[in-house]
Amino acid sequence: MAVSAEIPARAGVGLKAQHYDAILGSRPDVGWFEVHAENYMGAGGPPHHYLEAIRRDYPISLHGVGLSIGAERPLDEDHLARLKALNARYQPGLVSEHLAWSTHNDVFFNDLLPLPYTGEAVERVSDHIDRLQEVLDRRILLENPSTYVAFESSEMSELDFLQAVSLRSGCGLLLDVNNVLVSATNQGYSAEAYIDAFPMALVGEIHLGGHARDRDDAGQPLLIDAHDRRIDDKVWTLYARAIARAGVKPTLIEWDNNLPGWRELFAEARTADRLMSAQDALRRDRRKGLEAGHATVG
Amino acid sequence: MRRLADLQADFAAALNDPALPAPADVRRQVKLPQSRRFDVYRNNMMVSLIEVLEATFPVVQRLVGSDFFKAAAKVYIRQAPPRSPVLLLYGETFGDFLDGFEPAAGVPYLGDVARLEWARVNAYHAADAEPLTIEHLAAVPQAQLAQTHFTLHPSLRLVSSRFPVASLWAATSGADPQAEVDMKRGEDAAVLRPMLAVDLRLLPPGGHAFMAALAGGHPLGEAADLAARAVEDFDLACHLQGLFQLGAVAALQPPEPIQEQA
Repeated sequence: MAVSAEIPARAGVGLKAQHYDAILGSRPDVGWFEVHAENYMGAGGPPHHYLEAIRRDYPISLHGVGLSIGAERPLDEDHLARLKALNARYQPGLVSEHLAWSTHNDVFFNDLLPLPYTGEAVERVSDHIDRLQEVLDRRILLENPSTYVAFESSEMSELDFLQAVSLRSGCGLLLDVNNVLVSATNQGYSAEAYIDAFPMALVGEIHLGGHARDRDDAGQPLLIDAHDRRIDDKVWTLYARAIARAGVKPTLIEWDNNLPGWRELFAEARTADRLMSAQDALRRDRRKGLEAGHATVG
Repeated sequence: MRRLADLQADFAAALNDPALPAPADVRRQVKLPQSRRFDVYRNNMMVSLIEVLEATFPVVQRLVGSDFFKAAAKVYIRQAPPRSPVLLLYGETFGDFLDGFEPAAGVPYLGDVARLEWARVNAYHAADAEPLTIEHLAAVPQAQLAQTHFTLHPSLRLVSSRFPVASLWAATSGADPQAEVDMKRGEDAAVLRPMLAVDLRLLPPGGHAFMAALAGGHPLGEAADLAARAVEDFDLACHLQGLFQLGAVAALQPPEPIQEQA
């Protein structure tokens, strides 16, 4: 491992096998890459070969999509062992998972299923994060979900739920801005208000991705977290709003389906980097302005 | 409190059976009808798993067409959903399923092609090992050869079919569009990933029996005998050369430590 593990406050890109050659051939100026942990759980072969080569030049973030942290049943210890092995082998700068469940009675649904926001679920999720953090011996980030339904039995807001879990387990949060827009649209609340109230001090990483538009039975807009196209302008606007509050954060471009060529993906990363530079400049100017103001007054 | 467990049981049941309504806890939440919203989850699950199977079985898909493949995959996913969050090797039993899938009865070789494709994906993700060259065998003293055990490459998978499965694969995948497919002939093939690329080799008569015997733990002498029982004119030297050329040997265990030869 040549470069440091630390993920910089820059744009990163979700790593796809289709782009291995373009990345290794051109060594693009990207801050870091993120991988879906489950794609690297084979014994050997090209996935590990390429990830090792890329890890020599870039920090890596490990993003789990299959641990089923929100399931009522105990975590799968075999899966925890696989995550532990990847964590040791690739020394990721960040490790994250989802506020969701995906396994029931040993059947894996390959989707991120929603949770009721109840005290019981806070306890369950927090216990599972405790276990994960214990196995990995590190803090993890928990991602806010995209949801298409809500539950009658929910007792609190999603934000209160995430804060309660973070407080109990000590985990950080991964703010997926596209998920915010998807869930807010589908559940009929304000995405802006959600971003404005998000506990930014807990945020270790931001995700940006594309969504598909559909309609529900009543003709109401229904957004789908498809990761199959460019990031929507509304998501960029919400992102600018988020980093105005949070400051710049490691920001991932997620594009998992209907993959573009490397250049188009890289262009999305450049856009995120530009927004972060602008945010940094604004903060510096404001600080200078304040200092200048003090100087005149003093 | 069992509320979370009950809710997840209801939710999972409704995902598994499209005839069931969305769980009551979901339905009552919003005044709008919820079926389409709940269907997003059903759809995500089914579409994403079909995509996993399409990625693993592209030649089966080409042989039967995209619509047929999707319909077959749907039935398979309901019958044999993944039992692990690691989907790299999902579909191990897809070939067996196709054997018994009534609408595919007119394509009797489909199951064998599926088993070959799964072997390729399995080889792709198998453990790595540096293949030995035949010089390593030459370093084993002549007297010890018959008693030498072979550790074959961890990615090696043997496929045997009463159909020309390797030629069908080569002709359909685009790997060798000119491949001759003689439907009257069965084929044995070895799937192997000595370095980064997965190889598919048609095996000469006796090759399958020889490699299967070595893989089964028989020392070289016994493996050669078993192969000679399978085919009359088994040429051991020729098969050994082929085995090493393929990169199929990962280690040799002579009965006693090898003396270093100058």
